[in-house]
Amino acid sequence: MPLRSIWTTGARRRNLLRMTRTSTRRTRPKTTLRPEPAVGVSVPKRDGADKVTGRALYVDDLKLPGMLHGRTVRSTVARGIIRRIEFDPAFDWSGMVIADHRDIPGENCVAHILEDQPLLAVREIEHADQAILLLAHADPERAAAALGAVRVEVESLDAVLSIEDALAARVKIHGEDNVFKEYNIARGDLAAGFAAAAVVVEGVYRCGHQEQLYLENNGMIGERTAEGGIVVRGSMQCPYFVHHALQRAFGLPPEKVRVIQTVTGGGFGGKEDYPSVIAGHAALLAWKSGRPVKLVYDRLEDIASTTKRHPAVIRVRTGHQRDGTLVATDVDAVMDGGAYVTLSPVVLSRGALHAGGAYRCPNVRIRARAVATNTPPNGAFRGFGVPQTVYAMESHMDRVAAELGLDPLVLRRRNAVVLGDVTPTGQVLRESVSAVEVLDRTAERAGWAAKRGRYERENAAAERAERAGRFASGGRRLRRGIGLALGWHGAGFTGSGEVRLQSLAALELTPGGRPRVLAANTEIGQGAITVFTQMVAERLGVAPGFVLVETPDTDRVPDSGPTVASRTTMVVGGLLEQCARAMRERLELFAERALDGDADFRRVARRFLAERGPLRVERRYQKPPHIVWDEDTYKGDAYPCFSYGAVAVEIEADLDTGEVSVLRVTTAQDIGKAIHPLLCAGQIEGGTLQGLGWALLEEVRWKDGRVWNHQLTNYIIPTAVDAPPFDVVIVENPYSGGPFGAKGVGELPMDVPAGAVVAAVAHATGARLDEIPITPERLLRALDGRKEGR
Amino acid sequence: MSAVLTLDFTVNGKRRRVRVPPMKRLLDVLREDCGLTGTKEGCGEGECGACTVLMDGVPVNSCLVPAVQVAGVKIVTVEGLAKGPALSVLQRAFVELGGTQCGICTPGILVTAHALLRRAKGRVPGDGEVRVALAGNLCRCTGYQMIVNAVRAAARETRASARKRVARAAKPVARAKTRPVRAKAKPARPKAKIARTTAIPVKTQPKAVPGRKRARR
Repeated sequence: MPLRSIWTTGARRRNLLRMTRTSTRRTRPKTTLRPEPAVGVSVPKRDGADKVTGRALYVDDLKLPGMLHGRTVRSTVARGIIRRIEFDPAFDWSGMVIADHRDIPGENCVAHILEDQPLLAVREIEHADQAILLLAHADPERAAAALGAVRVEVESLDAVLSIEDALAARVKIHGEDNVFKEYNIARGDLAAGFAAAAVVVEGVYRCGHQEQLYLENNGMIGERTAEGGIVVRGSMQCPYFVHHALQRAFGLPPEKVRVIQTVTGGGFGGKEDYPSVIAGHAALLAWKSGRPVKLVYDRLEDIASTTKRHPAVIRVRTGHQRDGTLVATDVDAVMDGGAYVTLSPVVLSRGALHAGGAYRCPNVRIRARAVATNTPPNGAFRGFGVPQTVYAMESHMDRVAAELGLDPLVLRRRNAVVLGDVTPTGQVLRESVSAVEVLDRTAERAGWAAKRGRYERENAAAERAERAGRFASGGRRLRRGIGLALGWHGAGFTGSGEVRLQSLAALELTPGGRPRVLAANTEIGQGAITVFTQMVAERLGVAPGFVLVETPDTDRVPDSGPTVASRTTMVVGGLLEQCARAMRERLELFAERALDGDADFRRVARRFLAERGPLRVERRYQKPPHIVWDEDTYKGDAYPCFSYGAVAVEIEADLDTGEVSVLRVTTAQDIGKAIHPLLCAGQIEGGTLQGLGWALLEEVRWKDGRVWNHQLTNYIIPTAVDAPPFDVVIVENPYSGGPFGAKGVGELPMDVPAGAVVAAVAHATGARLDEIPITPERLLRALDGRKEGR
Repeated sequence: MSAVLTLDFTVNGKRRRVRVPPMKRLLDVLREDCGLTGTKEGCGEGECGACTVLMDGVPVNSCLVPAVQVAGVKIVTVEGLAKGPALSVLQRAFVELGGTQCGICTPGILVTAHALLRRAKGRVPGDGEVRVALAGNLCRCTGYQMIVNAVRAAARETRASARKRVARAAKPVARAKTRPVRAKAKPARPKAKIARTTAIPVKTQPKAVPGRKRARR
């Protein structure tokens, strides 16, 4: 199986770091019947030059003539009834545009899965920081000052603020039981499985909210057109989600709504559904005022009011034979959906489908529920429910290994899925299964066995020395440990999601005779457009730089679906690859010969355009016939295939301060094919660091239903000093349904690290924490508990 | 209305005069009054470093600097890192080595790294040194490793091209035997192709002599 290591094989590393010559405008050799490969090569990132020179224009960099600046008046209580809204008569309201729910021309809802979320509150307040009314003024400072001149009188009601409150259902905010959605997945005979088990281990694992913290805050500019339509441009992942939501809110036909993506400073899921809210607000102010309105959040507002990762409480009970073989798995996961349904059912579904981990088990029951609370709706965040359930399962496997006295690697290898195994939904894993391989590669690279032994010896020696009164220099009592975790991630939409999406992508010839990609998928930093040009270039036999990419603009690009779910390369890239093959065939039939590089392509294309007219090739998603999914019973092929990743985390813990620092991370991830190895490694390193942040640093703290630490001062994400060196191994075990064998890479790296961190802390300190993030306070409490327990 | 201040300062080598309230943030002065939107706002409270600019050569968070403090100073923003249309070595390293993903933190990180390399004076800073220098610049995309790699690669490349320049400046003497007249009359053009685009001043850089073609390549 082909293997590729990015950073650590000497020759490759030196090559990469030596840098190639400036190649943005590199001209290719004149004749190349065998062109240089475009796929599998780390070509310069398409948007790189604009981003390093400051030329890239993000939404806040745009200024339209006559533009107003919008602000949002929000609720300060978690639940209540609006009684009165007063405008301070002493404030100068001249030139101020004020919009509330009565100004919405269509339906007052943010259309998504359900339509329970109002664009602006009418009477009921369901969560703190809910939008109530909107203000806009030509002077941004006047608009900001006006926020203090609006007084909203709300009669407070008892609020549900935690998963426990929601399940207790003393206060009912959704139906009779506060449960938005429940899934049950079952396979085999659970009772028989537990009866046959020699050992049964149970644990409850908790994880909190996590803020996506894209460095560019959310923002939109809305405009009303002379023809009575609206145009919205801004920071987003999914132009057609916004397009859909605006049609409903404004009662407009599709052709009167136009959504354009501006350069987007990170998304991570945080710009999947929430941009529909801001777009609606900006467009509403524009609709009312007739002038363009910019609505850009500052950091405080963004953290306080936009979506976050669902907190979860997950109970895992497993039965094992003496040698560790899994015979029964019982998972009960509860996620906090927040005040409205939004994306929670889909997040929950994906979390549930991955909850058994990448393990073979004949008897499984997975129950998953999303509950309602009076907190801002939680939404998409890289991993989409999987980090929560995989964290729980991996923490649990480490606990099982400890109880059985097994090496965690041995336990995982014994149970990891292999070709032909069956998942809890009855899906047979037919191809591209690499769980064992990524485990082995990670363990080998990290020096797993040697390091475990070494850290244990060193920790024991340090403890002996400290008992004898001999302390290390500085008097610090440090312990080191290594932990391992295994994860999997199904690429593309769950079940029949891709069938419902009916994604359509296209490739056209520009008048100048160059190919241009038409897709609604957005570049949000991950490198989507670079990868698109590579795959198209490979099939057309041209250089990636020769291929143009249209800006995602609903007036110009077809709906190729959202930029989410690790689907962009695998699904949309696949459609574009088919388009490119078809385009090449058309042009070669026309020219009656093979195409030969950029210049030749352009010559033939221009002749084609002159003689035959415009050329546009489209491809719509077709479900591979062997994939069968039953939405009602939750049986069948949940995903076309899975990506697999293993992570080994080495940490150092300070027993006196409770601080944990990450020394090194080793990870092997099977993503089918690295179209652009450098960008793939970028996804893996960046995603892994987000996972480490979630496990160690990032804690959203709440006070009466409001985010208390809505600042970068006290919501802590990892800095360059917190980040460890990464040793990334990319495993390429191709998937026949993906372009060039590619599977998804975007989310998998986020799924795995947390479990490894928990295991590493347990290895270093003996304290097993069942709640993340492992803050110093939590670790110290656990260490105290451990001492008392002895 | 608050008082308005007439402010003279230099931005990227150009003199500017703006009339702004004294407490207006330098970030807004640059973005709104100077039209330089390359400098970004990430948090508005000096935590993320996206708004980093050089103030008399020192990296500062421009969201924390009031306009009144910049009278007479020299500001360098991301737009001023490249001389001319080509990318600087540091910028090119970021593009080619994965140092930029979503790009919103990139301007601030480039400015901070630029200052670091200038302080390093041709030395290649160590991994830890780069990380500490960049600790005030948050990035959510990359995991930092590729940023650190890019900064160090740029330092190496700058050093390598500086060495080449020194070597080339010395060459005319060595070549005197084969091409006595021209070589003596016109010393080799001192800058390599890459060096011409670099914005990192290197101490050993001799003065350019116009009118001679590149010595090699």
